[in-house]
Amino acid sequence: MTTEQTRPAGSRSPLRQHSVAADDFAARPWPGAGREYDLVMEFVVAVLVVGALVVGLAAVFSSPDEKSLTVKAWAQATPNDFVATAASELAGTSVSESELGRPYNSTGGNQKLGPLGLQKAAGVRIPVDSVNDFVITPLSSLPATPELSAALASWKAAPAAQQQKWGGAYSDALASKAAGGNPAKVAAGDYGPVPVLTASLLAMAQGGGLQAVIQGEGGFYNTDYTKSVLFLADGTYLEDHAVAEHLGGDQWGMMNETQSYPGQSWMWLYSFWYQIEPFKSSPNADALVWGLMMILSLGLLLIPFLPGIRSLPRWIPIHRLIWRDYYRAHPRPQR
Amino acid sequence: MTTRADSPAERRSWTSRVRERAEVALPPDKLLPDRQPEYVASWIYVFGVATIAALIFIVASGVVLTLEGPQWYHVSAVGHFVNSVHLWSVELFFVFMVVHLWGKFWMAAWRGRRVMTWITGVVSFLASIGAAFTGYLVQTNFDSQWISSEAKDGLNSVGIGAWFNVVNVGQMLLWHVVLLPLVVGAIVVWHVLLVRRHGVVPPLDAREETSP
Repeated sequence: MTTEQTRPAGSRSPLRQHSVAADDFAARPWPGAGREYDLVMEFVVAVLVVGALVVGLAAVFSSPDEKSLTVKAWAQATPNDFVATAASELAGTSVSESELGRPYNSTGGNQKLGPLGLQKAAGVRIPVDSVNDFVITPLSSLPATPELSAALASWKAAPAAQQQKWGGAYSDALASKAAGGNPAKVAAGDYGPVPVLTASLLAMAQGGGLQAVIQGEGGFYNTDYTKSVLFLADGTYLEDHAVAEHLGGDQWGMMNETQSYPGQSWMWLYSFWYQIEPFKSSPNADALVWGLMMILSLGLLLIPFLPGIRSLPRWIPIHRLIWRDYYRAHPRPQR
Repeated sequence: MTTRADSPAERRSWTSRVRERAEVALPPDKLLPDRQPEYVASWIYVFGVATIAALIFIVASGVVLTLEGPQWYHVSAVGHFVNSVHLWSVELFFVFMVVHLWGKFWMAAWRGRRVMTWITGVVSFLASIGAAFTGYLVQTNFDSQWISSEAKDGLNSVGIGAWFNVVNVGQMLLWHVVLLPLVVGAIVVWHVLLVRRHGVVPPLDAREETSP
């Protein structure tokens, strides 16, 4: 601005001179007529009207509050999905173990924003060991039975490659056409202790004990639900519920709310990018959308400095509607 | 005041300097004027004050929810109603704020050294999105389970999730009831003071001939 004020007027284009003069005029106290304007009354009326609206909407429409899902309900409602998830944890193929990556582990993939590997750079700051945190540690807390003790001992004594081989074989057998996900129909095979471990975990979950153990791994006081949510999200139970409530990623779920309540509609643009290519099918979709939204947010912030964008209000005269009373009283001089 | 101002010791004090600068920047008739330029006559001006009014109900209902804790509204009819007030005031807040923002865009309201007014407005909009988002995360119900489960992937993908852990309810609760309200509140106050200091932007194409 200082530069503009000190530069000789003759060095600017007529359009720029006009713009600078208009900006200087807008910066000065208004030289024209004024009118009575009671700010305090306006504020009080606004509070009263908005208050009436808020209370009225709350009284008429209330607000949604669907109970949280539990590991117990998951294991009882869809035991096959639960067992398949437990087997995938042991095989090291669960979403949390093989896909999420940092900050939970270094085994999953990491998204990149162009050449920037921000996810990898953040490191493993919230370590989650899916096999032990979700399966082995909880089972180890159960009262010992000969069968479970032998299965745990066998698992712990086996090398990691053997453990994954057992878990993978059992996961594949569960997913086979013959089994159809039902552990009771799995063909005989070399699964090691995995069937006993998954069956024991299912029984523990159905009895209501598993959730408390996973959540309690952080200590007596634990407000961090990372492990609980990651385990729940490894199965399909949570996502199936969300999709049924039109909350899926490809259903504009980010801006939706349970039932028919309005959600975070202000997230519409963020949700929008997930619905279209190249974001929709990109393995780096999250990073790309985040990067794009950061650029767009910065653009919104810096609109006053963006040539073209900052001139849109002049080119599209919506301002003549906003200030129509003023323009009616002060028509443009005939040229 | 004249006597005090004449005292060299007081003229050098930080307190007197801050007071004098505040008096110059925002004298009482500028801070709380009872007259406005003739062009301040449009429904668009209502949305700024309506946004602040909605914010008042967000804060008030949020304070009541804070008094009883994050799970109170699950088990209390009164709590559920207060939660509903909180939700609807947030919805209205964003409706008003977005209309206000669009209005200011079409008015090119950054003109006349009002760039910082625009920037503080946009920052308060973005900070409000963060505040609302953390509110959804601490509902302690199915919605918060799903939202946190999905949102963590986006935040993790750019490294933010390693520090801003959306599935850590304790961390999100503190962001929601302390940090982000402080940020939003401070920026909104700054924004309003800037509006009062620089006044309401005049119409595009208004010129000296406007002078009486």
